[in-house]
Amino acid sequence: MEIMEGSRAVAEAVKACRPNVIAAYPITPQTHIVEEISRMVADGELVSEYVRVESEHSAMSVCVGASATGARTYTATTSQGMALMHEVLFNAAGLRLPIVMTAANRSLSAPINIWNDHQDMISERDSGWIQLYSEDAQEASDMIIQAYKIAEDHDILLPVMIGMDGFILTHVHEPVELCSQEKVDDFLPLYDPIQYLTTENPLSFGTIVYPNTYTEFRYMIHEAMKKAERKIVDVASEFQDKFGRYYGGLIDTYEADDADLLILAMGSVIGTAKDAVDELRSEGKKVGIVKVRCYRPFPAEAIVESTKDAKAIAVLDKNISLGYEGALYTDVKSALYGKNGPLAMGFVLGLGGRDINKKTIKNIVAKADKAIKSGIFEAETEFVDLDLEVL
Amino acid sequence: MQEELFAPGHRGCAGCGAAIAARLILKGSGKDVIVVSPTGCLEVISSPYPESAWEVPWIHSLFENAAAVASGVEVALKSLGRKDEAKIIVIGGDGATIDIGIGPLSGMLERGHDVTYVCYDNEAYMNTGIQRSSSTPYGASTTTSPAGKVSLGENRPKKNLPAIAAAHGIPYVGTASIAYPKDVIRKVKKAISIEGPKYLQIHAPCCTGWGFDGSKTIEIGRLAVETALFPIYEITDGKVTSVKKIKRKPVEDYLKVQRRFRHLLKSDRGEEAIKNIQDIADANAEKFGLDL
Ligand SMILES: Cc1ncc(C[n+]2csc(CCOP(=O)(O)OP(=O)(O)O)c2C)c(N)n1
Ligand code: SF4
Ligand SMILES: [Mg+2]
Repeated sequence: MEIMEGSRAVAEAVKACRPNVIAAYPITPQTHIVEEISRMVADGELVSEYVRVESEHSAMSVCVGASATGARTYTATTSQGMALMHEVLFNAAGLRLPIVMTAANRSLSAPINIWNDHQDMISERDSGWIQLYSEDAQEASDMIIQAYKIAEDHDILLPVMIGMDGFILTHVHEPVELCSQEKVDDFLPLYDPIQYLTTENPLSFGTIVYPNTYTEFRYMIHEAMKKAERKIVDVASEFQDKFGRYYGGLIDTYEADDADLLILAMGSVIGTAKDAVDELRSEGKKVGIVKVRCYRPFPAEAIVESTKDAKAIAVLDKNISLGYEGALYTDVKSALYGKNGPLAMGFVLGLGGRDINKKTIKNIVAKADKAIKSGIFEAETEFVDLDLEVL
Repeated sequence: MQEELFAPGHRGCAGCGAAIAARLILKGSGKDVIVVSPTGCLEVISSPYPESAWEVPWIHSLFENAAAVASGVEVALKSLGRKDEAKIIVIGGDGATIDIGIGPLSGMLERGHDVTYVCYDNEAYMNTGIQRSSSTPYGASTTTSPAGKVSLGENRPKKNLPAIAAAHGIPYVGTASIAYPKDVIRKVKKAISIEGPKYLQIHAPCCTGWGFDGSKTIEIGRLAVETALFPIYEITDGKVTSVKKIKRKPVEDYLKVQRRFRHLLKSDRGEEAIKNIQDIADANAEKFGLDL
């Protein structure tokens, strides 16, 4: 165990995975990750081709070219950088390239704001990337190693993005246990592509597909996504066997068994929620947490199963689908449809780095409590701590 | 040389200059290449799933990122210890290269990747229906710079990408035309033999977009060179090292055989524009010393 910045914990895990090619473009708050990796390359600690591209669009495009040639690749970005990558993200998934990326989750402009929320990754929900969210630096680091194992599996062959909350996890120092190189080498075999660009077997990649086959290509990606559900769970257990750490599979639960009210959320807010739940439990309140670790593929079954005995759930979204509601809330409600599950309330919070503390969580719990008692739920999404003075 | 690495049976228009360019480029390179193509006519006509005209490993990703994808292929080969396996060639249209992909291309050139970037220049966005690009020549009518009652078509000269490429300090820049096949093949061979980033721009007339019969592609290509509207030269280490000398013809010989310039022949203002085009040719001839 060593105290280190979250960004370094991630960089160390990347190094242990021995990527052949890294291509990245700096953007706050992802910078410390790529600076640390640059240092490792400069010091000869990491033998890897590091391409200092001229944009995020090219960062992802370099990864596409390299991955299609059979290389293990890594990049990191956030916010505007991820938005700029948008079309390449869809392309990488469609080409079935197991690229791994860290997203130092940050809001999107305008107004420009460099702080944390999940709008960047949520906006790439349909790109065909597996989306994982981490609660702390240790998880963000360990998930890199798991991500390659998931992505490169021949039944999956899909890219993976791992969210870690900008500043909250990237810039904070925490105790982290790094995985030894030897164990990682043992856990993660070399990337063994099925098809790649080589003169030994000249193939065409990225050809134009007509209406008579396009649906089938999309269907195959969707099928791979569904298979990834199982794979993510399996890899989590394998990782536990090897390294002794476990974060749950697609979801994890905390004090959930007898809970009347469950809080559903993603990312670092889970840590704050756990503290709040501990205090509420000591006051005799039956509150628990469902931590959604994997957002795509969406763990509908696991969510239904874990919430079926609760009276109500409060879904926390660090994003907003403008004109509707938080994206997780929509998906959770859709999963619960026809299942006779708990009543669901949606809360949008923590946008653009707005602080979420124990009190925020307790206020939400109080609101949900009232709703359970009265049986009346606000239909509209609630913006937590909305400052009416500013409006 | 006999080997056809760009197979017949693709979906190009009969007489497509871009297809001729692809065939010649691969004759120059041989089979030990990996080709990257951006979105555009060549990509679409050559890869209708499940068919492909490419007998060499080939990848298409997006419209503007071919240079970055090629950069990735290059570093991957290096990292995997496969550098000797293949040369890397991009074959992309003028829109992909000179407009939307100029950022990634500049990045690739500046970073020094060992890639030969070949632009087949058909002087507009053909795949989407003949819209102007920054490589569309002055006076040409396209679907987004149409000649009209108050317009003479495209009102700006071609962007000079060879000069921009050369300004990156790369070892080799060249221009060529499919009308001179041996020259194309020679320049591709030369480019791939040089370590580092190389840029080649190959004039590739488009019968459909320019408005001429598909049997005249070579003839039209030759006229572009002979009128000095598409000068053929090489820049090695920043210096012009070879120029194709010509017995010059008036630009009108080239303009009058293409639908895209026909409107210029019909009015006084058109006549004025033709003078301007002749000025462009004269300037090219003087700059490169083209006249025999
Ligand atoms: C980002 C993006 N914008 C626009 C397009 C539409 N588009 C596809 S090909 C093309 C034009 C290609 O022109 P060029 O590169 O000159 O090749 P050509 O078709 O002329 O051979 C355009 C505009 C696209 N595919 N992607
Ligand atoms: S439109 Fe032009 S470039 Fe496209 S296939 Fe036809 S001739 Fe070739
Ligand atoms: Mg074109």
